[in-house]
Amino acid sequence: MATTEALPETHDSHGHDHDHPPFLAHHFDTPEQQFDSGKLGMWLFLVTEILFFSGLFCAYAIFRAQRPEVFIGCSEFLNTKLGAINTGVLLFSSLTMAWAVRCAQTEEFKKLTGMLAATLSCAMIFLGVKSIEYSHKWELGLLPPAFYSYHPDNPHHEGVSMYLIYMALPFAIGLLGLVIWFLKAKASGDLFAIAVAKPMIVVFACFFVGVGLGTILESGETDHHSADHHAAADHDSSETAAAIAAAPSDTAAADGRALSSSDDSIRDRLARDETNTGIRGEVRARQRQGVVAGTGVVPRGAEIAGPIASVPTNVNTRSQAGVFFGIYYVMTGIHAIHILAGIGVLTWLLVRSVRQDFNRQYFGPVDYVGLYWHIVDLIWIYLFPLLYLIR
Amino acid sequence: MASHAHSHDSTHREGYDFAHPFPVWGLLLVFAALTLLTIITVAQASFDLGNLDVAVTMVIATIKATLVMLFFMHLAFDKPFNLIIFLGSFVFVALFIIFTLSDSRMTSSSFEPVDDEPPVVSTSG
Repeated sequence: MATTEALPETHDSHGHDHDHPPFLAHHFDTPEQQFDSGKLGMWLFLVTEILFFSGLFCAYAIFRAQRPEVFIGCSEFLNTKLGAINTGVLLFSSLTMAWAVRCAQTEEFKKLTGMLAATLSCAMIFLGVKSIEYSHKWELGLLPPAFYSYHPDNPHHEGVSMYLIYMALPFAIGLLGLVIWFLKAKASGDLFAIAVAKPMIVVFACFFVGVGLGTILESGETDHHSADHHAAADHDSSETAAAIAAAPSDTAAADGRALSSSDDSIRDRLARDETNTGIRGEVRARQRQGVVAGTGVVPRGAEIAGPIASVPTNVNTRSQAGVFFGIYYVMTGIHAIHILAGIGVLTWLLVRSVRQDFNRQYFGPVDYVGLYWHIVDLIWIYLFPLLYLIR
Repeated sequence: MASHAHSHDSTHREGYDFAHPFPVWGLLLVFAALTLLTIITVAQASFDLGNLDVAVTMVIATIKATLVMLFFMHLAFDKPFNLIIFLGSFVFVALFIIFTLSDSRMTSSSFEPVDDEPPVVSTSG
């Protein structure tokens, strides 16, 4: 290494009897000391993250303690399948991240780049699925209190949501930019740029894999959708469309507005058909919400003073469901911002890993980013059951 | 850059050989356990356990979090000081949440939820 010749002169003066490796800052005696100091700093940062998120969990706890039935009722609107898939994706990204730290320690450079790219891809899939969840809820009017406008009889949105396009646009532009950069690098023979651009193209493409995955799972869901939504939105899911067409009265199924508003008998009759998953799901969700909001559940500590009629039966108001969605968006949104920040630092690591900056004495940055990434995963581990799995 | 000056002479020097890579089978095992616990927690959500529900999901989540902390975050083999700092934060989290929760129940009547009207049907799609 060229620097080893020059370094002793400048560093002997402050008492080193050995040469500096280029990665060792000269106020540290050994790489281990450097690593441990950085790690301590990272842990302190993670503590501030825990305290920061605890404020959100505290808000959640207060509102859930006051109105458990609101949380149960609104949780019906969150798609457990999408949440579970995202949990799996994040857990897998944690695996690849921990593996990346190992690769940095064992100096397997190719594998390190691959593992970082895999982690980044999982992060992108997570965001893609999340954007489907968000855009779908925004279209329904399931928003924080000030904007909350959900009503079961609202006309359903058809086709691709504008919100989804807005959210996907930065990623599409990023993907386009990377492809252009890759082609330019290819033309000029810049091997380093090619080695960086290739995995990053895969990473950005993975956002759209997530969008596709979310669309498929969302359209297959049966939790709270009425039939017209299925009939309208499932252009791609011919299976469900066929199932609805196969139902005894497909005209009634297609004209879902009349169904969802009043005609319970037709709906119940349709729901008896096994293949009619959309209507079956809606009926089941309504029954469950009825039980939850009505007489079925008496939350601990709640007082029932009046007759049954005075017990609130509708949690679908701004100060109830609206507050739930306010909490939901802030918690998952800030988590998603952390994912975005993670994507930023992981990209930085990917570039450095292509540059082969890391070795068994200098893997600190990979380790620290890994710790951050695991904390983000850790928070999701709690968010998922608290938001999606309430009943 | 690939030829590391330190690699031939400094490997056995004190403070230079501190990387302890976690074995791949260990990583995969932890991942398998985490996935299994996720499946369990999703599956249990379809059983009505009443008031135990939250407790059960939280216990499962905490087991998962512990696995991530101990093995993915290397706390099991790390300097104990890092663990103490990290667990210390949870003491403060507990203090914060317990006091705020008990406060919110005792003091503020203006905190009581309002029963307002549901939104009206929108006419435009």
